[in-house]
Amino acid sequence: MNDPMQPEGLRLERVASGAEHPTSSPLSIHDMTVAYHRKPVLWDVDYDAPDGKLIAIIGPNGAGKSTLLKATLDLIPKASGIVTIYGQPYHQQRHLVGYVPQRESVDWDFPVNALDVVTMGRYGQIGWFRPVGRRHRAVALEALDRVGMADYAKRQISQLSGGQQQRVFLARALAQDARLYLMDEPFAGVDASTERAIVEVLRTLQRAGKTVLVVHHDLQTVAEYFDAVVLLNMRIVACGPTADVFTEENLRKTYGGRLTLLEEAANALARNRGSRE
Amino acid sequence: MPDLDLFRVLTLQDYNTRIVVGGVTVLGLASGVIGSFMLLRKRSLLGDAISHATLPGIACAFLVLGALGLDGKNLPGLLLGATLSGGLGVGAILLLVHWTRLKEDAALGIVLSVFFGLGVCLLRIIQKLETGSAAGLESFIYGKTASMIASDAQLILASSLVIAGTCGLLFKEFTLLCFDTQYAGAQGWPIVALDITLMVLVVGVTVVGLQAVGLILMVALLIIPAAAARFWTEHLPTMVVGAAVLGAVSSLVGALLSALLPDTPAGAVIVLVASGFFLVSLLAGPARGVVGRAWRQSELRRKIARQHLLRAVYELSEMANHPPSVRRNELLARRSWSPRQLAQTISAAERAGLVVPTEPNAIRLTEPGRRHAARVTRNHRLWELYLIEHADIAPSHVDRDADQIEHVLAPEMIQKLEALLLHQDRDRQPPASPHALEERP
Amino acid sequence: MIWTLLDTQIVIIGALCAMSAALLGNFLVLRRMSMMGDAISHAVLPGLALAFLLTGSRASSVMLIGAGVVGVLTAALTQAVHRSGGVDQGASMGVVFTTLFAIGLVILERAARNVDLDPGCVLYGALEPSPLNTVTLLGWDVPRAMLTNGIVLLLNVGFVTLFYKELKISTFDPQLATTLGFDATWLHYLLMTMVAITTVVAFESVGSVLVIAMLIVPAATAVLLTDRLLGMLLISVAVAALSALLGHLGALHVPGWFGYPGVDTSTAGMMTVVAGGLLAVAVVAGPRHGLIRRALRQLDLTLRIAEEDLLGLLYRFEEAGRTATRPQMVAVLQQAGGLRPWIAHLALRRLARAALVDDASLTPAGRRRARDLVGAHRLWETYLDQHLELPSDHLHAPAERLEHITTPGMRRQLEDEVQQPTHDPHGRPIPRDETSE
Repeated sequence: MNDPMQPEGLRLERVASGAEHPTSSPLSIHDMTVAYHRKPVLWDVDYDAPDGKLIAIIGPNGAGKSTLLKATLDLIPKASGIVTIYGQPYHQQRHLVGYVPQRESVDWDFPVNALDVVTMGRYGQIGWFRPVGRRHRAVALEALDRVGMADYAKRQISQLSGGQQQRVFLARALAQDARLYLMDEPFAGVDASTERAIVEVLRTLQRAGKTVLVVHHDLQTVAEYFDAVVLLNMRIVACGPTADVFTEENLRKTYGGRLTLLEEAANALARNRGSRE
Repeated sequence: MPDLDLFRVLTLQDYNTRIVVGGVTVLGLASGVIGSFMLLRKRSLLGDAISHATLPGIACAFLVLGALGLDGKNLPGLLLGATLSGGLGVGAILLLVHWTRLKEDAALGIVLSVFFGLGVCLLRIIQKLETGSAAGLESFIYGKTASMIASDAQLILASSLVIAGTCGLLFKEFTLLCFDTQYAGAQGWPIVALDITLMVLVVGVTVVGLQAVGLILMVALLIIPAAAARFWTEHLPTMVVGAAVLGAVSSLVGALLSALLPDTPAGAVIVLVASGFFLVSLLAGPARGVVGRAWRQSELRRKIARQHLLRAVYELSEMANHPPSVRRNELLARRSWSPRQLAQTISAAERAGLVVPTEPNAIRLTEPGRRHAARVTRNHRLWELYLIEHADIAPSHVDRDADQIEHVLAPEMIQKLEALLLHQDRDRQPPASPHALEERP
Repeated sequence: MIWTLLDTQIVIIGALCAMSAALLGNFLVLRRMSMMGDAISHAVLPGLALAFLLTGSRASSVMLIGAGVVGVLTAALTQAVHRSGGVDQGASMGVVFTTLFAIGLVILERAARNVDLDPGCVLYGALEPSPLNTVTLLGWDVPRAMLTNGIVLLLNVGFVTLFYKELKISTFDPQLATTLGFDATWLHYLLMTMVAITTVVAFESVGSVLVIAMLIVPAATAVLLTDRLLGMLLISVAVAALSALLGHLGALHVPGWFGYPGVDTSTAGMMTVVAGGLLAVAVVAGPRHGLIRRALRQLDLTLRIAEEDLLGLLYRFEEAGRTATRPQMVAVLQQAGGLRPWIAHLALRRLARAALVDDASLTPAGRRRARDLVGAHRLWETYLDQHLELPSDHLHAPAERLEHITTPGMRRQLEDEVQQPTHDPHGRPIPRDETSE
């Protein structure tokens, strides 16, 4: 055990141990560490999403919930880690992943209507250069209908309420017909009826065998809406079926104070990384 | 005689006029298309930097061509030089933004001024060499619209077709890039390559446009038609087509005007025509124009004032022992409106047949007025109920908050409110006010 | 070519002009309004043209008024189009300044017979002949341009000194400034007026392009070199003055290098090129943010990590009672950390020079360093085990990264938080930190 040629388990060994992850998992995050300039940090996230479940990612502000999604999608650089989607590297499987970004991430004054935005979810299937055909527009319209927004298809997006904008984003992900959905705070700032509509859509997705990860804020509704939870605070505190994991004790661990030492360390790492760029 | 001129110009009988007008019109069209995407990408001023950055390339090409013993004003050679240094300018901007802590605005300004300064140095050298006349090069800065020749126009036509065609092919890709870069990235679209394509198109249209309308005026063609078109529509394809049409029409009208009036540089007149269109759009554009918005706002204000009046009259006449006619000073006491506002609102309501005067200083509701007032009061009280029951607002504050919202209620919202609050009570009468009416100031 | 009084005067005029622009430019760059300098310096054209047309004179006072009015007008119109039309800031700037420029061109063209102002002069300026136009001041013949640009510089220095803290706070946080009682909007328009005046006075001597360059480039250079506002102001002014000197020298000599002997070129143009060159130097060789510095820092970091990995490796060998040869160690590092052999060799050489390693074994000093490192590593593993509850096979990699960045303060905090353990989760002893005792 104390072979000095293999001091305390070499990195090589860690890379090789990727094999222990089941290849069928819709989303498999292996050893992901993110220490990005002024973003919340993530330490050594190791996670296999169960297939066909509604999964909530919860944790306090600055716990790195959005960072987790963005790093998974390669939108921000990772310090380390491997992400596989149904057993294949993410960049080969992009078409299987539907992403619902936070509503604030775009300029809602853009001259497009709700249907146009939803149609963007089909662009991947349509491919380069080809215009949007009637078939794809029909799929988009159907997606709008599923979120209860069919009547607003021709409405300019700046005229939609916050909840309606959120539903349009959701419909865009639906139109993509993905197998795995990553949603960044879809319930943030929406009215009660939008929340019900979104939950209904999530349930339908689950019935169709899709896997959905949702960054969620409202602890009250976790048990009601989700099958599984990921409790996150710079690292995964606990994850698993809601009934087992969503406990008082785990919540206290997740929300009970920050790991200042780790934050300090992450800042030092980010500085080193920054000087490399 | 001037009439004959006018006729000749307008019917494009003159060969030269035909070339000039045709050339600038096509150019305006292409810049409108590409300018729309630059506007939506929030990079309008990039064209400014690029067009300045072409100058050293043009001068360099002139020197190199001269050294090779070729004609220094060989157009393809000059354009190649312009394209190369424009591309270099774009590269420099990207590097400054990515490698240093400088922001995009500073990077644009640096590239613009330093490249142009280099161009000025080279031009001065060319002027001092006595090998060839450099007079033609100046036209790249101010344009030489009037002396455009057929081959120039053909070049503009060909490049504009390529540029507009590329934009057409990549229409949905550019839309996605401009609207939601992050999502585009997550979907695997090559954002950087798309951005560079867009910039290459800008370089292309700038380079061919420079000698036609000149530097600053090329910048204007890239920005103004697109910005003007934005006021007319909320539909992207319409906006792009609109910008193309505005660009083309401005160029056409500007070129004709400049041919008619003596001593007017065509480029400047084209820009001024485009600015005129912009001003009209800014004021009168139906989608976002200033006048339309102001009118909609004053309409809303009038509607709100009328609803306030109707509700005040309704609530007063609802009180026990109150006669149906209401005196003005009673109304004045109910809200913080000036006597003039009240008088205006009352006369507007009289014209609409909602109230009739009963005696000099009193009014009463007509039958349509009463129905209208009942509906307004009903909406108001529904909101009050909602706010008290669902938003935990103190009854003493609820009236004011309800006041803000009720006037903008869409019919479907009211149905929802009814479903929420009045399960059994489906009659159209207003519910009783949740707070004592007499308490009001 | 012989340096004459004329050359000195050209450099002085250029420097005065560049410095006054650079001083104001700092605030444009910091407020992310660099392109406003571009916009104003183009937009002043109709102001100038109208001033000429109306008065028929080139008197400075008229020009200044024309410029001030148009400068404020440009800023105000840009703001108006941006606000009332919801047009993007850059686009509204573009609409406004190109329109004003076009108006200026038309006026000039139509009035060209009456006024001897050609647009070429506006763009390129005429720095070289400017010393010849003199006025008499206190019995001295002083070039007019030197006098006017000097006055503007004094004016700008006065403006910046007087409003230093207001400019600072309203640049950093306009809303805070307004809540504190300085009206940020008012200051904004004052700044725009000053930019317009500077532009106009500089026009005749150096042309609009140089003004834009001097508004932006020296300030941008200063941003790359310092983090303090005062330092930035001083550096930008120095860069501006240096550009003037080197620019004039360059204008005289550079064409000769490219095979155009005896030909000189535009001093104003060359000043912008020199300023651009100085900026490039700052980008590449800046002391803190420069590319070279960053690359060196990166190499240093890589080497330091390699050294520390080597020390740790040797310590663990000693612990296991084994020895290793140098090639063995290089091979292990290469395998474990993906390090290139030359880095490992270089690291070994640096360790030997620092007397931490003697051939392939630790010196006493090296052993102390190594003990600290391995101690930090095992403390981190313990911390990660206790606080993050990572599985035991997931402890090593993060600890490996963290041991290199552990400061003494962090180490003390670590020891507190893991309750002074003696053994790591793998059962290995944690060496005591002897340096802190």
